[in-house]
Amino acid sequence: MSIGHTLLGLLESGPRHGYDLKRAFDEHFGQDRPLHYGQVYSTMSRLLKNGLVEVDGVEAGAGPERKRYAITDAGITDVAQWLARPEKPEPYLQSTLYTKVVLALLTDRDAAELLDTQRAEHLRLMRGLTERKRTGDLADQLICDHALFHLEADLRWLELTAARLDKLAEAVGG
Amino acid sequence: MNPAGSLLEARALHKAYGPTPALDGADFAIHPGEVVAVMGPSGSGKSTLLHCLAGIIRPDSGTVRYGPHALTDLSDARCSALRRSDFGFVFQFGQLVPELTCLENVALPLRLNGTKRKEAERRARDWLTRLEVDDLAAKRPGDVSGGQGQRVAIARALVTTPRVIFADEPTGALDSLNGERVMGLLTEAARDTRAAVVLVTHEARVAAYADREVVVRDGIAREAVGAA
Repeated sequence: MSIGHTLLGLLESGPRHGYDLKRAFDEHFGQDRPLHYGQVYSTMSRLLKNGLVEVDGVEAGAGPERKRYAITDAGITDVAQWLARPEKPEPYLQSTLYTKVVLALLTDRDAAELLDTQRAEHLRLMRGLTERKRTGDLADQLICDHALFHLEADLRWLELTAARLDKLAEAVGG
Repeated sequence: MNPAGSLLEARALHKAYGPTPALDGADFAIHPGEVVAVMGPSGSGKSTLLHCLAGIIRPDSGTVRYGPHALTDLSDARCSALRRSDFGFVFQFGQLVPELTCLENVALPLRLNGTKRKEAERRARDWLTRLEVDDLAAKRPGDVSGGQGQRVAIARALVTTPRVIFADEPTGALDSLNGERVMGLLTEAARDTRAAVVLVTHEARVAAYADREVVVRDGIAREAVGAA
């Protein structure tokens, strides 16, 4: 999963402090693995350097100064491109796809289209593997079958998620 | 979708069963020798689309054009005659006549088109051989396995050398291995004869045998994103 794109997506609804970003990330995506503060700050300094976010304000306090970050136009374009681009199909892709679907819902983008784009990408690879099976030997067939069954599982998940988008939108408050 | 040069083309199909719309402005086109998977969740309208394309049911509005014919304007009799001569059908199950042998089942479409028995059975046997089930010629459908029966059904669909084959969940009742074999044989035979195949399926591994896929959702057919 791309933490940079995820944090950018979370910034689309308005400027946030690093701490708020971590909390929003953990709430939506960090059930199994909450983000470390260090990851947030290193990611934000990279995004800052690349012009995808800017510092919206600094609060001085007793501890270290607290920067508030805002997404830039370039950052919004970057998130949009990431969401629209299908992931390379591979096993255990769900966490990235789940993140993209939730971010699309949170930012009022078309989550169904994102799922359709991914489905087309999966099927494109499955067609290639099926063709390789047709012309290959038994070893080829077994290797391709293994990949095909995994990709099919992904596709089932895509279908199921597409059918549950309305409920998911309610759940994440998008 | 590029309708130019298409063999079979549907535009703006609407069909409702009572108050429930099954098709809500569906477009579709298929070219000679092309295999197109029609995918979508249960109840999305994919079987209704297939039935409209094949002239089995009439849409409430919209047109289906097959070559020079507007199927939607033909009489039932002309439409039936065209189906017998130009279209082949493979369904999930229950399509073979139980009283006839497998050979007679495959020869049946030819006999209905007026071909003499000897010639019809010779061609039927060729197709049984091609589908690797020639040893079943004298058996009745009740005495063969699901996978074998489906191969016989494909032989029957192909025996008239149709220009379009309509396959509705053709592997739905088969295990993985038989499903794969049936799909391999069906698509290979279709490509050899330049038949177009409209393949309705909800299984991705079956759809992967097609050249492209169309997704039907809420009665609207969409070309896969990024398709040529």
